[in-house]
Amino acid sequence: MNPFVMFLQRAVIMGVPLIYGATGETITEKSGHLNLGIPGIMYVGSISGVIGAFLYESAVGRENVNPALGILIPLVACLVGSLLMGLIYSFFTVSLRANQNVTGLALTTFGVGIGNFFGGSLIKLTNSELPSVNLTTTSNLFKTPLPFAKDLGWFGEIFLSYGFLAYLGIFLAIFAAIIMKRTRVGLHLRAVGENPATADAAGINVGRYKYFATCLGSMIAGLGGLYYIMDYANGVWSNDGFGDRGWLAIALVIFTVWKTDLGIIGAILFGGLMIVNNYIPGLGLADQELIRILPYLVTIIVLIIVSAREKRETQPPQSLGLSYFREDR
Amino acid sequence: MNKTPAIELRNITKTFGKVFANRDVSLEVFYGEILSLLGENGSGKTTLMNMIAGIYYPDEGQILVNGEEAVIRSPKDAFRYKIGMIHQHFKLVDVFTATENVILGLKEKGRYDIKKAREKVKAISEQYGFEIDPDKKIYEMSVSEKQTVEIIKVLYRGADILMLDEPTAVLTPQETEKLFKVLRKMKEAGKAIVIITHKLHEVLAISDRVSVLRKGAYIGTLETAATNESELTEMMVGKKISLNIDRTDPKDPEERLIVAHLSCMNREGLKVLKDVSFTAYSGEILGIAGIAGSGQRELLETIAGLQPITDGGIQYITPGTGIIENLRDKTPMEIRALGVRLSFVPEDRLGMGLVGNMDITENMMLRSYRRGRSVFLEKKAPKSLADQIIEQLEVVTPSRETAVRKLSGGNVQKVLVGREIAAAPTVLMAAYPVRGLDINSSYLIYNLLNEQKANGVAVIFVGEDLDVLVELCDRILVIGHGEVTGIVDGRTAKKEEIGLLMTKGGSKV
Repeated sequence: MNPFVMFLQRAVIMGVPLIYGATGETITEKSGHLNLGIPGIMYVGSISGVIGAFLYESAVGRENVNPALGILIPLVACLVGSLLMGLIYSFFTVSLRANQNVTGLALTTFGVGIGNFFGGSLIKLTNSELPSVNLTTTSNLFKTPLPFAKDLGWFGEIFLSYGFLAYLGIFLAIFAAIIMKRTRVGLHLRAVGENPATADAAGINVGRYKYFATCLGSMIAGLGGLYYIMDYANGVWSNDGFGDRGWLAIALVIFTVWKTDLGIIGAILFGGLMIVNNYIPGLGLADQELIRILPYLVTIIVLIIVSAREKRETQPPQSLGLSYFREDR
Repeated sequence: MNKTPAIELRNITKTFGKVFANRDVSLEVFYGEILSLLGENGSGKTTLMNMIAGIYYPDEGQILVNGEEAVIRSPKDAFRYKIGMIHQHFKLVDVFTATENVILGLKEKGRYDIKKAREKVKAISEQYGFEIDPDKKIYEMSVSEKQTVEIIKVLYRGADILMLDEPTAVLTPQETEKLFKVLRKMKEAGKAIVIITHKLHEVLAISDRVSVLRKGAYIGTLETAATNESELTEMMVGKKISLNIDRTDPKDPEERLIVAHLSCMNREGLKVLKDVSFTAYSGEILGIAGIAGSGQRELLETIAGLQPITDGGIQYITPGTGIIENLRDKTPMEIRALGVRLSFVPEDRLGMGLVGNMDITENMMLRSYRRGRSVFLEKKAPKSLADQIIEQLEVVTPSRETAVRKLSGGNVQKVLVGREIAAAPTVLMAAYPVRGLDINSSYLIYNLLNEQKANGVAVIFVGEDLDVLVELCDRILVIGHGEVTGIVDGRTAKKEEIGLLMTKGGSKV
């Protein structure tokens, strides 16, 4: 295969979890909540899917896995797991008005802990030599590419060779952008994040929008974790394998100035930057590590440019990170 | 008039805690008329309108809309009765366009159609003569345009009864004239309009009838055509009430602070102080009277070195030696370095004056932390000062180590005033030092100010209650729209006279 085509394909695969994470986080931030629990939520989404797939695979045996159930069970498990995380976050920050940063960071620590705890337990159950859980059967279901991918040369490789979750992620990002821009719900959601007092006075149920946006955002982010484990990692769970993708997703939100459709391109760019070191020949280990910091560097540069330009449309939602009390005037 | 009133209030009473915001208020508004609601600060005008708009609920009394009793528990209910209120603080989303703000929260039937909404906004603008671009973002708009958006928002929802809370407070005279034109058109279209204001000439210019409130009570309603400024002023300020505040004669007054031709601008580039000149003497209390937001705050802040000055000068005459120090363009630190002992009790106690989360001792140190020589904080002196203030001013607090945010308003003020007085000032400036305090605490503060006066301090006291001003102050400087509209003698001045001066100024911009 042409190395460039391969690089592009890998960049997309690296980018998809970020698309999910950034789309979820953007929706949440549009309601005025900075959810730093996203890395933990994606991790929980990942392990929940693994638990679902593991239980199903061991219940019926690898040979008897029904393709529909094999996809559905991990998918639902992942959504439920990340929804629970989203509910915890919303309960603390919306209902109890706890500090969003503290809650988010705690949630990330909690999510990673939960993931490693269950991951470790599953590894023990398999009695295998390696410290990992292997769910190749389920993974293969998730990785089924679109038809004709093989026959269309480079075009098929770049555009049609991914599992369905990749397309779902891109669809969700575009769909979210349309909702945000062109519907009443989007208008109201943006109003809640910009100026909750105004939204409240206009008769919008601020709390409900915040809960809704946070929980939906968490579920979408969780799917990023599922894609990572089932597609990128070939269904092989090992503790702490997810890396810093959650943080990259949050950086991506800033990078794309809170626009989910831009997030698709941004995620693929970040994905490319994460692996470009493997495609530049003759790099030493030190240089490779240096190149790996590029996504963060790019984010910082964009952040500086955006703040320097002071264009209101590219600023974060005005009440991002602030709790809303109706009685505060 | 035998028409049905659009709104009729019957014996409305509303209390906040033990304070009556409105007591037994009854009034009527008809369709096709503009009613002015006139009153001083804190006379309960806004509270009354807020009850009609569904923000507060009356404790007693009835609200009748179109002759039928109405229960208005939320702004949504108010809209159902076709009542709309334009608040002083706009409720708009900055990054949205005018149209987006107008339709925010509406659940119109059918698809979300911003184009149709924009057409409707345009139609409303043309009908009443607004000049507004429906696609302009709020953050690019002037205050007057934002206000226009608020009015359109209310009209878009089909309101027939409009209430405007001090709509002209933020407008230039030209913009005010434009607004009045629009209001007259709405009146001709048969809408009932209530406009809250304390500017007498506007009352006379725009309204058909005027209702006056004073300290929460309803005083009366007059036909505008049949009244005049002095009658309205008298209704507004009322008869003089004796408060029995001690007032001694100033002892050996000498010039302490000379302010000459002072001008300053706010962040929006509007002139908030225009050519202000006065002299503060030692051993006297100089009162500053004016409608809220007339430039009192800026005046004190420029003297304290917290606001840049565009024009004019501030001079301080050192007691004893008579050396003149120029305070213009100096920071508070530089002023202190000159040996000028200036104390400032700001209006915003827990924002500018004290740090809410710190305890009393630590708040004392805000003024003295520079004095220490070692790496570690020197806490002994501030601790004893804190104890002294708690004892002498009877601050009610669980302990010296309690965060001041947890104290009641009066006790917070005692801590702040105590600290500022402890610095042995030669000039003491206090902005609304008794706001929110009960009577006993208020008198305690008055006595403290008098004590300072007796010690030869030049006291500048910004107050809102005219009764207090005329009993406490030796001279009263009246400020209106950032201009000095008069300096009167506190012993001979009449409240009506001051009230009238307060509404003057700002005619020539």
